[in-house]
Amino acid sequence: MSQTQRPVDTPARTAPPASAKQKKQKPPEEASRANWVVRVAIALVVISFMIPTMGLLVTSFRSREDVIASSWWSALFNPGTTSWTASGYGEVLSNGMGNAFINSLVVTVPATIIPILIAAMAAYAFTFIQFPGRDFAFVGIVALLVIPGQVAFIPLLQLFGNFGLVGNFAAVWLAHTGFGMPLAVYLLRTYMGTLPNAVIESAKIDGASHYQTFWKLILPMSFPALASFAIFQFLWVWNDLLIALIFLGAGPNEVVTLNLNSLLGTFASRWDLLAPGAFITMALPLTVFFALQRFFVRGMTAGSVKG
Amino acid sequence: MLKILNGILAILGGVGASLALFWLMNFAVERLPSKWSERLKPWVFAGPAVLFITIFLVYPAVRTIVISFFDKRGENFIGIDNYTSLFGDSAFHNTILNTLLWLLIVPAFAVATGLLVAVLADRLGPKAEKGTKSLIFLPMAISMVGASTIFRFVYEWRPAGDPQIGLLNAVWTALGGEPQVWLQQSTGRLNSLLLMVILIWMQTGYCMVLLSSAIKGVPEDTVEAARMDGANEVQAFFRIVVPQIWATVVTVFITVFIGVMKIFDIVYVMTGGNFNTNVVALAFFKELFEFSNDGRSAAIVVILLIAVTPVMYYQVRRFKAEEAMR
Repeated sequence: MSQTQRPVDTPARTAPPASAKQKKQKPPEEASRANWVVRVAIALVVISFMIPTMGLLVTSFRSREDVIASSWWSALFNPGTTSWTASGYGEVLSNGMGNAFINSLVVTVPATIIPILIAAMAAYAFTFIQFPGRDFAFVGIVALLVIPGQVAFIPLLQLFGNFGLVGNFAAVWLAHTGFGMPLAVYLLRTYMGTLPNAVIESAKIDGASHYQTFWKLILPMSFPALASFAIFQFLWVWNDLLIALIFLGAGPNEVVTLNLNSLLGTFASRWDLLAPGAFITMALPLTVFFALQRFFVRGMTAGSVKG
Repeated sequence: MLKILNGILAILGGVGASLALFWLMNFAVERLPSKWSERLKPWVFAGPAVLFITIFLVYPAVRTIVISFFDKRGENFIGIDNYTSLFGDSAFHNTILNTLLWLLIVPAFAVATGLLVAVLADRLGPKAEKGTKSLIFLPMAISMVGASTIFRFVYEWRPAGDPQIGLLNAVWTALGGEPQVWLQQSTGRLNSLLLMVILIWMQTGYCMVLLSSAIKGVPEDTVEAARMDGANEVQAFFRIVVPQIWATVVTVFITVFIGVMKIFDIVYVMTGGNFNTNVVALAFFKELFEFSNDGRSAAIVVILLIAVTPVMYYQVRRFKAEEAMR
C-alpha cells in the first residue's frame, strides 16, 4: 500500500500546527478576504449537496394533500401552511417496510460476522506463516478484489437452486460472505503486516503454537481493522440491492432496498409514502455513519480497491 | 419473531461451526507427524477463506465463461454466436456507449468535486472542516436506491398549471420553461446525465476523504517555498500540491471507475434502462431475468470481465511493487 492509502482517520485529525502557523504569517487583510471567499464557496457546495436530502426529509413529514398542493420549500418557509405529520412513517412501516427492516437485519448481521473470523484466520496465515503457494494464493486474492460480482451470478443461481436455497436467507449470507472475502482477507492482512514482528517472535520463542498466537495475540491486536471491516461490510450488505434482488427476491423475505424499490414502482407519485420509506431504509446506515464515522472512514479508505 | 430467531441461529451456527471446524482441524493437524503437521497447518488457517473464494467466485467465474459459449438454456454449444450477436445488436451498441459515457464523466467529476471540497475545507478551522466533510460524505452511507429516491423527487414532474414540487422543474418553469419529464428526455443523453449526477453526488465524499488526507500529507514548506518564489495560490496548488498527491488521485479515480463499470441500481430504479439509458450491468440482468437467456447474459458479463482485466493487472503489479519495498 502506498503511504496515502493506508487506513487513516482523516476527519478526526485537525490541521497540523505548522500549517496554521504558516497561514498566520500572511498579511491579515489578505488572509481574511481569502477566508471569506472560501467560506462562501464551501457553503454553496454544502448547501447544494444537502438540498436534495432536505427536500425529501421535509416531505416525509407532510400529508398526502399537502405534498401535492405546495412545494416542500414553500412549506419550509411558511411552516404554518402545512399540517406536519409523521403518519406516513407509520403507514409505510405497517405495509411491509417494518417486516423488510427485520429481514435486512437478519441478512446483514450474519453476513457481516461470518466472514470476519474466516478472513482473520486466512490473513494470519498469509502474514505470519511461510508456506508453499502462499504468494500465489494471495496474488490471486488481490486480483479478485476488482472482479465484478456479476461473473458469479448465473452459476451460483444454478448451484443454490440445486440446494433449494434461492429465496432463503442462507443464499445471501453465503453470497455476501464469498463476495466480501477477498477484501476482508486483503484488508486484515495489510493491517496485520503493520503489527510489530517482535511480539510474534517472542511468542514463538515462548513455545506458543500458531493457534495460541492467533487467538491470544493477533486477534485482539487487530481489533481496529476488524471493526473497520465489520462496519464497511455491514453498510455494504444493508445497502445492497442487486444480490438481494437475485438471490432473495421480493416476497416475505424481501429486504429494505427491495421494498423501497417496489414502493417506487407501486406508488410512483405518493411522496407522502415514498419519502418516509426512503428515510426508514437510511435510518440505520446514517446512525452507524454518525456514531462510528472514524472507523467507517478507515474502512472506506482501506477498501479503496474493492470491486 | 421466528425470523429473528433464525438469524440468531445463523450467527451462532455459522460462527460456532466455523470455530468448531477450526479447532478440530487444528487439533487433528497438531497430532500428525511433525512433517505433515507443518505442511498442513497453514491451510487450517487459510483453507476456509480460500475455499469460500473458490466456490463463490473462481468456480462461478469459470463456469460463466463456459456458459457464454452455449445457447439460451445452456444446452448446445454455439461457439462465439452470443458475442457476434451482441456486437451486431444496435441496442447493445447503445448500452456500451452509455456505459462509456458514465465511465468518462462520473469518475472525472467525482474526483474534481472531491478535490475542490478537500482543498477548500483544508482552509477552514478544524471544527468547520470536520462538519463540512461529514455533510459531503453523508451520501456515501446511504443505498443507491435511497439516493435514487431522493433524486427522483428532485426530478419530479407535474402537469403545467399544477404547483411544481420537484426542484428541477420548479427552477425550470421559473425561468420560463415548460415542465419536463426529465427522465424521459434522451436528447443529448440528458436523462443519462441526470442519473450520473446521483452517482457523482454519492462518490464525491469518498474522493474528498482520500484526497484530503493526501493533501494534509504534503509538506507545508514545499508550498511555502513556491510562494516565496512568487507563485500564486493556484500555481502553487497545480505545480506543487497536485504532483505530490497524484498517486492518490489515480487510486481514487480507478476505484470510482470500477464502481461505475458495474453501475446497476441507479439505472434500474430510475428508468429500468428505458428511454435510452441502458448500461452493461443492467443489460446483463435483463437478458438473464426478462429474456431468460443464460448464454447471452453470460457473454455480457465476460465482456465486463475482459474490461476489468487491465485494472486487475495494474492492481497485482502495484501490489508486487509494494511487497518488494516492505
